[in-house]
Amino acid sequence: MIEREQVLHVARLARLRLSEDEVETMVGELSGILEHVDRIGNLDLEGVEPTSHVVALENVLRADEPRPSLPRDVALGQAPEPEDGAFRAPSPQAE
Amino acid sequence: MTDLLALTALEAHEAMVAGDLGAAEYTAAWREAAAGDELNAYLWLDEGGEEGRAIAVERDCVAPIAVKDIFCTEGVPTTAGSKILEGYRPPYTSTAVRKLIEAGAPVLGKTNMDEFAMGSSNENSAYGPVLNPWDRGRVPGGSSGGSAAVVAGGLAPWAIGTDTGGSIRQPAAFCGIVGLKPTYGAISRYGMIAFASSLDQCGPLTRTVSDAALLLGILQGRDPCDSTSVGLEGGVSLPDREDLSGLRFGVPVELGRDEYDSGVRAVFEQTLKKIEDLGGEIAEVSLPSSEHGISAYYVIAPAEASSNLARYDGVRYGMRAGGDGDLIEMYETTRSEGFGAEVKRRIMLGTYALSSGYYEAYYGQAQKVRTRIAEDFKGAFDQVDFVVTPTAPSVAFELGEKTDDPLAMYLNDFFTVPMSLAGIPAISIPAGLAAPEGGGPELPVGFQIAAPAFAEQPLLDAAYALEQRIGFDARPEGLGG
Repeated sequence: MIEREQVLHVARLARLRLSEDEVETMVGELSGILEHVDRIGNLDLEGVEPTSHVVALENVLRADEPRPSLPRDVALGQAPEPEDGAFRAPSPQAE
Repeated sequence: MTDLLALTALEAHEAMVAGDLGAAEYTAAWREAAAGDELNAYLWLDEGGEEGRAIAVERDCVAPIAVKDIFCTEGVPTTAGSKILEGYRPPYTSTAVRKLIEAGAPVLGKTNMDEFAMGSSNENSAYGPVLNPWDRGRVPGGSSGGSAAVVAGGLAPWAIGTDTGGSIRQPAAFCGIVGLKPTYGAISRYGMIAFASSLDQCGPLTRTVSDAALLLGILQGRDPCDSTSVGLEGGVSLPDREDLSGLRFGVPVELGRDEYDSGVRAVFEQTLKKIEDLGGEIAEVSLPSSEHGISAYYVIAPAEASSNLARYDGVRYGMRAGGDGDLIEMYETTRSEGFGAEVKRRIMLGTYALSSGYYEAYYGQAQKVRTRIAEDFKGAFDQVDFVVTPTAPSVAFELGEKTDDPLAMYLNDFFTVPMSLAGIPAISIPAGLAAPEGGGPELPVGFQIAAPAFAEQPLLDAAYALEQRIGFDARPEGLGG
């Protein structure tokens, strides 16, 4: 159903690093689930509108007025490594 | 003390308003009860004493409440059952909790749950499973298992939870209490940590239908902070209907006998007779697409989850691991160490379903099935007022019984997922007791009633009449009759 290579590819897309055991388990479990889910693949749903949202709402707008927002120190207060009023993260490129 | 805890939330509220019950004494009795939690149902208790409460309420006049740990509460730990949010103290409060505070309901504590609300047994919490108060070797259901267990176990008069595919109704059924999933949009989702945004909905877990009505009345409403919220026009009245005459209850013909236990079926059939005793009429309805509900749900919900959970990246809040490497390495290490097995499984499933080449085959097709399921219900409601099913295919199962088989766990949501996909309200009320298939003492069975969108009032009225006729008064051992 789903191959080891696909699992590794999807894990990369999802920013997950899986251990060898996890990859093994994931191949089996995802295959089982997808086999069940695949039943809907054979249904003839030509012309059926997809539902992305159940409540019929259109253009919910509000006045574009400035409102108070979180102070900077509060917004940074839960960050693992705040620095100089900013979120600090490792460099995108290894040194 | 015991007498105070025996009051329903509505009785306590009326007594407090009439001046016959002191709010301080009543709340203190519940705080003492909550502190005796042996079920691992609470993750955090507001124990600062009346002066040092972390969550201040100006005027206590509503019964104190337990809140699922998925609702952001300013300055108070909010984990969503995940290690990745360990120690997180949100800088703001969810609308649901703000409304409770404004109504005068003190918060007793935050309840345990499946990580990010993904699960049907509470075994996916990073903080250990919740035990079912009826039998501590069994699960309380999930994902709002902590909220159900505290109400059933005498640790809170009532609670709020969230329901994405059954996460209020199924634990309510497993614990012998009332659980209501309102119409999508009835209650604001602002500050409710997102799992699957097109399905997530807040709702009450209570001892009685009247308590659920009182709580829904407090929680419902349009909120400028959630553009998908619409509220319930006219609010919610306390139910007082005594009969069901003139009402039609539809039983789906697709309810195959293989899909649920014989004990559950016996209670379900007895309950149909009670509906007839009250003057209600039982009819057959057809929901031909509902058999594909689980398949559609386990594409749509993981797809939305994989997107929602992308925010946990170790930068703005929550834990960070692997910070000595480059950015990608930090992301991957944080997420791999912070998420549990079920959350990883659903992120993988959702990412796969949304990935290039598979999008139409999975997500597109599932959204079309969703349309068909909603149309099935519309058709059914042309013929009947309500659709009824058992809430879950079995009574509470044993801890560890389904953890090795994710698909078996997912199939447990068979009866509750279609209503979630259609966005319609559904309530589970305790209908009786049945022995587990493998033998053992009897456990509660839930009866599910679903109604058209925004028909909460007739739903609560009918559920109330049926609740009086059923007269369910069993309690877990040690909590009296």
